[in-house]
Amino acid sequence: MALQVLEFNFKSAATQSIPKEWSHTGVTGSGDLEVLLEKKDLGGGVKAKVVTPVKGFDAVWEKMIQKFVTDTGVGNLSIEINDDNATPIVVYMRLRQALAEATAKEAE
Amino acid sequence: MEFKGITREWDTLKKDTKARVGAASAYTKNGKIVDAENTVALLETVIKPFDKVNIEGNNQKQADFLAKCLCEVDVKKIHDLHMVQSVLTLPEHLDVFEKGIAKKLDMSFSGPQAGRIAEFLKEGKLELGAIHTYLELYGRYFVDLTPRVALIVATMADAAGNLFTGFSTEDTPAIVEATKFRQGIVIAQVNEIVEKLPRVDIPGDWVDFVVQSPKPFYIEPLFTRDPALITDAQVLKGMMAIKGIYAEYGIKRLNHGIGFDTAAIELLLPTYGEQLGLKGKICTNFILNPHPSLIPAIECGWVESVHCFGGELGMENYVAARSDIFFVGPDGSMRSNRAFSQTGGHYAVDMFIGGTLQIDPYGNSSTATANRVAGFGGAPNMGCDPKGRRHSTEAWLKCGAEYSKAPELWGTVHRGKRLVVQIAETFREKLAPGFVEELDAFALAKNAKLPIEPVMIYGDDLTHVITEDGIAYLHKCENMEERTAAIRGIAGFTEVGLKADPKTTAKLKERGVIRTTDDLGIDITKATRSMLAAKNVHDLVVWSKGLYNPPARFRNW
Repeated sequence: MALQVLEFNFKSAATQSIPKEWSHTGVTGSGDLEVLLEKKDLGGGVKAKVVTPVKGFDAVWEKMIQKFVTDTGVGNLSIEINDDNATPIVVYMRLRQALAEATAKEAE
Repeated sequence: MEFKGITREWDTLKKDTKARVGAASAYTKNGKIVDAENTVALLETVIKPFDKVNIEGNNQKQADFLAKCLCEVDVKKIHDLHMVQSVLTLPEHLDVFEKGIAKKLDMSFSGPQAGRIAEFLKEGKLELGAIHTYLELYGRYFVDLTPRVALIVATMADAAGNLFTGFSTEDTPAIVEATKFRQGIVIAQVNEIVEKLPRVDIPGDWVDFVVQSPKPFYIEPLFTRDPALITDAQVLKGMMAIKGIYAEYGIKRLNHGIGFDTAAIELLLPTYGEQLGLKGKICTNFILNPHPSLIPAIECGWVESVHCFGGELGMENYVAARSDIFFVGPDGSMRSNRAFSQTGGHYAVDMFIGGTLQIDPYGNSSTATANRVAGFGGAPNMGCDPKGRRHSTEAWLKCGAEYSKAPELWGTVHRGKRLVVQIAETFREKLAPGFVEELDAFALAKNAKLPIEPVMIYGDDLTHVITEDGIAYLHKCENMEERTAAIRGIAGFTEVGLKADPKTTAKLKERGVIRTTDDLGIDITKATRSMLAAKNVHDLVVWSKGLYNPPARFRNW
């Protein structure tokens, strides 16, 4: 199955990145995905790279990641996703879990 | 006024039955017992062309041997039968149409055969009367679809023809009662013939012939959901349902659908439900098959009673050991009864909650696809507001009090409303959208030339929709425009959701017509499988203290 690589850039109002240098959550199993978050100076922006076998859902990916950026107000962040047919909510949940983990670990 | 009495014979059915049964006497021994190898000949003797014939085929147990034998009759002797049966599952159920043995069909549900029904309809091999709900079809057995001959299935029989249907009684009493008391003929296939039955479920004088089938009847473990396959997204929706609906309305009496969403809810009761302090306040009385996923909630003391439509493979011993909860006979084994369970599900529950494949902007939901005539079984009996209900409960009254149309439609009378809830993910696996502008049911109606679109739950009955984006409280909507906006507001990035107007959605949130996880105070990052009381089938066995005996296909440890 040919994999697609999608790249998106988002502007964010905030410049608040994650406290850690990087954080990793999830596995690329059926219906699931892995998320790698990296702190990166992007002038406040967020960039995302998605590797997925699913075709024809580029707009949905963009909207879902945009929603994550808007809802959480993160910035200066690089997101890498390796997907295996996850539904949009699973994507959103994993992103939120990755962010929670990246934030929680620092607090320990 | 002059009365015009008629002159006729008034017992032609009885005489005809007597003649048919008499002609079959060559095949019986010890009264009612017929050898398996004489079954085809028996059917050729007692069935006549154009008869209404019922083959017992339910959600679970199947009169599979009799179905097979009916396919083998000589089509010159038997043809143009009118099949009236609740479920078409086996290939033989359609083979009779292929061969010309049967012509017309009235049914409720067809699982694996749904594609072939659509094909046969197109090719003119089959004439479809109607797709019914279970109760509707059982009702018609007593009105205008009474079987002349019923081919039923039981676990055991004795020499007098008494039947033990036990754990999987299901539809048998409804079929036999309609058939026998209108002078019809009842033929039962049984797994074994014994001296003494554990208990009598069907009296012997209602049964004409008994065949011991070469193999035990086929039964499908249709309601076993492996907790290992429940996703985090289902856990999230389950938490939303428990907090936003079960707790909000105090839902005590209910029915759960068959899917993983409601299995997740069952497994969240001892964990999330306990955290919220809801034990005793929700989920006390179920109309439900013996779902293995309900075991942890039962073991934690949540459940007071469960009445079952049918059995579920592997749950026999567990159910027998919990006779305070389930409906168990004097012999110690459960008796299910689909007709009574459906009646309970129609009139006596506060809420129906289940999954669907598609929801349209009006709230109509359907599992129909363009080329499969599948039907809905019992879901519409429970997924509707029963207008004949006259008892009140807290949940029913609260939903009625919130109903925005009440002043307009009800005047000053106090009434309640059944909660009818659909759980959907905006996109399912393979990214199939859960929300569509037009249901596939429309294409199916066209393809199969059906007079009405097969809609499982009508939009005007639907009170709540749950997606990961939020809960829409549809009964609070003032009109169709608002209703549509509420559905769009929780339909995510589907074609339906993309048409949502953010301002309208925000207004609906303010009014509490839409509530999100944030509004409900649910932390999305906590919604993981670790919340489930059982993570796999083995955990369920442990919860049951070894009483649950899962079928081989679910044993992966």
